[in-house]
Amino acid sequence: MTDTKIKIKNLYKVFGADPKSAMEQVRNGVSKQDLLEKHSHVLGLRDINIDIPEKGISVIMGLSGSGKSTLIRHINRLIEPTEGQVVIDDIDILGMSIEELRTFRRNKASMVFQKFALFPHRTVMQNTAYGLTIQKIAEKEAIERSQHWIERVGLSGFENHYPAQLSGGMQQRVGLARALTTDAEILLMDEAFSALDPLIRTDMQGILLDLQAELNKTIVFITHDLDEALRIGDGITILRDGEIIQQGSPQDIVMKPADDYIADFIKDVNRSRVLQVRSIMVPAESGIGPHLDQNMPLEDALSRLSSEGVSEGSVVDQAGKVIGQIALAAAVEAIRRPERSSQDLQYR
Amino acid sequence: MDFFEVFPAMDRQGLRDLKKGIDSSFREFSRSYGEGIEDFFEPLLHFLVWLEKLLINAPWPIVIIGIAGLAWIGSRSWKLVAGTVIAFLVIGYFGMWKDTMATLAIISVATLLCISFGIPFGIWMARSDRVQAAITPILDVMQTIPSFVYLIPVVMLLGIGKVPGLIAVCIYAIPPLVRLTNLGIRLVDKEVLEAADAFGADYRQKLFGVQIPLALPNIFAGVNQTIMMSLAMVVIASMIGVKGLGLPVLRAVSNQYLALGLLNGLAIVILAIIFDRVSQAYGRRLQAHREGNGHD
Repeated sequence: MTDTKIKIKNLYKVFGADPKSAMEQVRNGVSKQDLLEKHSHVLGLRDINIDIPEKGISVIMGLSGSGKSTLIRHINRLIEPTEGQVVIDDIDILGMSIEELRTFRRNKASMVFQKFALFPHRTVMQNTAYGLTIQKIAEKEAIERSQHWIERVGLSGFENHYPAQLSGGMQQRVGLARALTTDAEILLMDEAFSALDPLIRTDMQGILLDLQAELNKTIVFITHDLDEALRIGDGITILRDGEIIQQGSPQDIVMKPADDYIADFIKDVNRSRVLQVRSIMVPAESGIGPHLDQNMPLEDALSRLSSEGVSEGSVVDQAGKVIGQIALAAAVEAIRRPERSSQDLQYR
Repeated sequence: MDFFEVFPAMDRQGLRDLKKGIDSSFREFSRSYGEGIEDFFEPLLHFLVWLEKLLINAPWPIVIIGIAGLAWIGSRSWKLVAGTVIAFLVIGYFGMWKDTMATLAIISVATLLCISFGIPFGIWMARSDRVQAAITPILDVMQTIPSFVYLIPVVMLLGIGKVPGLIAVCIYAIPPLVRLTNLGIRLVDKEVLEAADAFGADYRQKLFGVQIPLALPNIFAGVNQTIMMSLAMVVIASMIGVKGLGLPVLRAVSNQYLALGLLNGLAIVILAIIFDRVSQAYGRRLQAHREGNGHD
């Protein structure tokens, strides 16, 4: 198990004129609806607890109004919580002074925005180097480091263009390069690809996964798109109305949706691509049939089994050791119908 | 029924005493502080006199070359430079060279003065809603009160001359610059500012690196308005001793000299047009990043 990088504890956010006294009502169990109607305060987040592991992509998913963008802004304290703790590397960032917070933002966490939020008056190079300019790093070094990331995101030759001269996908590459240039360990991505059209979005997801395989940053990725969450997330947290309703791996979410809301969400997911062999295998010491990697998508496993004309396969781990077996019928069943049991789920 | 027919005004004696009281206390104030205030504006006066002498005493071809150079720096347009040169030649030919130089001097100083006070005030207003709420009514008064009304206390304090004229021009011309600076900074995209915050920019870095550059089109529109309005004030300022194109206009009004009034009036218009075109062209050039290539 990897270490926890970001620990969010009992986090509450109430928007309105007097959040402190509204908090009393929230603690007494007043619903979001009642809080709005009777006390004219908006409950943004209620009792959020998340442990975000180091060096992985943690996806926070929800529809608009679920509080996901509010939540990510607590991690670099662009929004102050009403109550709770955000602990990063054992330091509660809510206890930081303004000066400490600035240093933290400059060196430790960078951010990519939904609408790119590039500086329109700065060129691609100047935008990319922004974080370094803020840190007052010498121009020569700043240009060298920025150049590296501009090349990595595939924008060589566009250094002197202004954002208005680029397409949406290219602008977000600048946004990504700008965030990577500061070498921060934490990358916060607020619906970073949501404003892009589907082909470009898939493209950008690929770029992100490639970069992550090499960089191993702690990435917090916000999205409303389940396919995106399942594709890039190592772990997924689902938010609704400011509350966490399920946390787990993509497998968990698809195999065991916590409630009807999530079940509805995953209805149209391509299950054969998301589900992996290990999530439907029956543990066993030895097996018959072809050896299938535990992380192989069912899609691929099914075609292996059918091409070899067998109805059973054995599941192996990275080392090639057999750890279980799967049956063709079970695999087909798993693809066909969402299973709805609520046992061994993480309710929060 | 008297009550409804005659407005229940303050009695005459009381009113007279009130006005007298205000007048005498202000007179008292100007007697004790007038000199100090005059001393305060002394450097400004010296600068204005120096600039005026420089423009008038320098050989006219050099002045025209200088102005043409400024027009080129501002606009990078040969057409505009040629127009400017021709306009100044015509003005000189009709015997208004000296007056035009005097007006040019006071407009330049007034504009510099307005910029050095107007932009900081605009920035201050943009920082806090409370400051905005306090300054906005003052700006309203400055823009709407008849110029003659504030000429009175200014003249009482500083007498007749260049400095009171300059102050009168600035009171009239500074509000649009303050307003537009404030507006420009407030209109800067919140998301872009949030990005600056997320990368750890401090207040100065945000102001000078993001807010002012992005507010420049509006700030520039404000500078342009300030120049236009100070030109419009030239005639009124000439009533309290400011030399320049306003003075002959004033003489023409009181003596019914149509041609004199028309010529000097048109000279003011020409100056206004040149200032306007050059400053607007400069403002546009600052916005190079706005010219997208029609991508997407």
